[in-house]
Amino acid sequence: MLAQKKTSPFLLGYRLYVVAFFIFLAAPLISAGAFAFNDSLFPALPWQGFTLDWFFSDTEPKLGMFHDRRLLQGLYYSFVIAIFVAALSVFVGTTNAFLFVRGEFPGKNFFYIMMVVPLVIPGVILGISILVLASDTANYLEDTIDLELEFLRPGILLVVLGQFSFIATITSLVITARLKKFDETMEEAAFNLGASRARVLRTITLPFLRPAMIAAGIVAFLVSFENFNTTLFLVGSEAPLTITMYDRMAKVGSTPVLNAVSFVLMVGSGLLALLSILIQRDKSAQ
Amino acid sequence: MQNKDIKRLTLILLFAPFALWILLLIILPHIGMVVLSLKEKVAPRVYEYSFANYLDFLHEPIYWNTLLRTGSMSLLVTALALLIGFPIAYYIAKIAGPRARGGLFLLCLIPLWVSDLIRSFGWILLLRETGVISNFLLWTGLIGQPVEFLYNDAAVIVGLVYTVILFMIVPLVSTLDGMDNSMIEAGYNLGGNGFTVLRRIIIPYAMPGIVAGCIVTFMLSAGSYLTPILLGGKNSSWFTEQIYNQFITRFNWEGGAAFGMLLLLFTSIVIWLGLKLSGQTLANTVAKS
Repeated sequence: MLAQKKTSPFLLGYRLYVVAFFIFLAAPLISAGAFAFNDSLFPALPWQGFTLDWFFSDTEPKLGMFHDRRLLQGLYYSFVIAIFVAALSVFVGTTNAFLFVRGEFPGKNFFYIMMVVPLVIPGVILGISILVLASDTANYLEDTIDLELEFLRPGILLVVLGQFSFIATITSLVITARLKKFDETMEEAAFNLGASRARVLRTITLPFLRPAMIAAGIVAFLVSFENFNTTLFLVGSEAPLTITMYDRMAKVGSTPVLNAVSFVLMVGSGLLALLSILIQRDKSAQ
Repeated sequence: MQNKDIKRLTLILLFAPFALWILLLIILPHIGMVVLSLKEKVAPRVYEYSFANYLDFLHEPIYWNTLLRTGSMSLLVTALALLIGFPIAYYIAKIAGPRARGGLFLLCLIPLWVSDLIRSFGWILLLRETGVISNFLLWTGLIGQPVEFLYNDAAVIVGLVYTVILFMIVPLVSTLDGMDNSMIEAGYNLGGNGFTVLRRIIIPYAMPGIVAGCIVTFMLSAGSYLTPILLGGKNSSWFTEQIYNQFITRFNWEGGAAFGMLLLLFTSIVIWLGLKLSGQTLANTVAKS
């Protein structure tokens, strides 16, 4: 509508701008992915021919990512952390959705803002504040009752808690938005037909929320997987992939094996994102 | 009566996870950080309460210069992200056809699913001396020898704008999407030109989205660690780097906690000012996007 009112050179220029913007968006991702297939020891031009060595080769100097033990270990730890963070965040996100959509209690608006706040705290601050509290508690217990609690020291548990502290906000917002659209007469109908509270929850309300819960879980998984800022301060000896890659970049410099990891991660998160979109689309069809 | 008890019990059960989360992972850690930042080491394992860590910050120009630099560069990044992102969001929400709209929106989201590290890595490969852009310019003959585009402020800003722009576009698209096209048409029919319509109708309508986008972009930019370090190199002097140095390199947790509080205060004040100046609240901006 509006487009027709403007002169066409303007629209053409506008379109070119949009295209240029998407080239800007794609460029670093393409360069990060493409050099994984370059048959060279450095991720740089000129192009030396196609190779899959950086994925599958088992000999130095071109040790492929699937034979690189430290990278695989990082991938494994990232996976474990992301699963726990996603499960925990979806659970708390769901209880929060019920709390804020159905619950009536004093100070509800204040608590709602408290729920959003973790999203606007810099990740670095979340990391150090949790580190400080956990270490203080551990030191205190050690000094007073001589109790050594290993899990309060930097490690997987602290990484999970640190990431959960702000990812829970994201899942809460996603699931709350879905619960707000729920038609409560459906529950009433089930009650009138004699269903118990638990049964209504299981057969009516939770199935309605399921697409949002799965989508929120996928988002939580991906955000956890790619998190660096919060993780950096809480990491122990079990370093997740982003930390391992950063170490490699700082110590060895950029090598094409990092491009191979980038490529695999991009394909993996692309597929997960696609899955969450398909689930969301299903939801709108219902 | 029994029903009322059940309701109350449900409420308490639902409140428990929320309370544990906010109390144990947000409120208590921040209180712990404030307390720690007010401690001063006077002898090994002996501490006194004082403002020494904050005074250190004031007495050392490098520290507050870094904070000011981080803040001003983040404001610049936010402004650039808004300027570059607004036309894109407008195109997606209002000009693109209904089928292209979904596709373009998804394209916008793709970099969101890739970690900061990979995005910066991609920029390094493009910008460095042996990188793609330098090679391309050599090939076209525009430059005679390889040029280093990395390790300067421009590279940091490009990388940061790239990292945060999606968080600007997404809330903008969702607010512009809810805007009725007839409002824009009415503006034109009443004799307004493109600029007046933009200034008097579109921007006021999109304000919640603009504020939400600006808050998140500013916060992400000021709190980012990887992009300034990887793209700016040794001279990036980003404030998060100072926090990391205090904590991990110098093992001065008291100083690091004070720096963390300062960064938090600084970003909160900027966000609060932004909300006040635009007449918005946190609940109707960030929470909605």
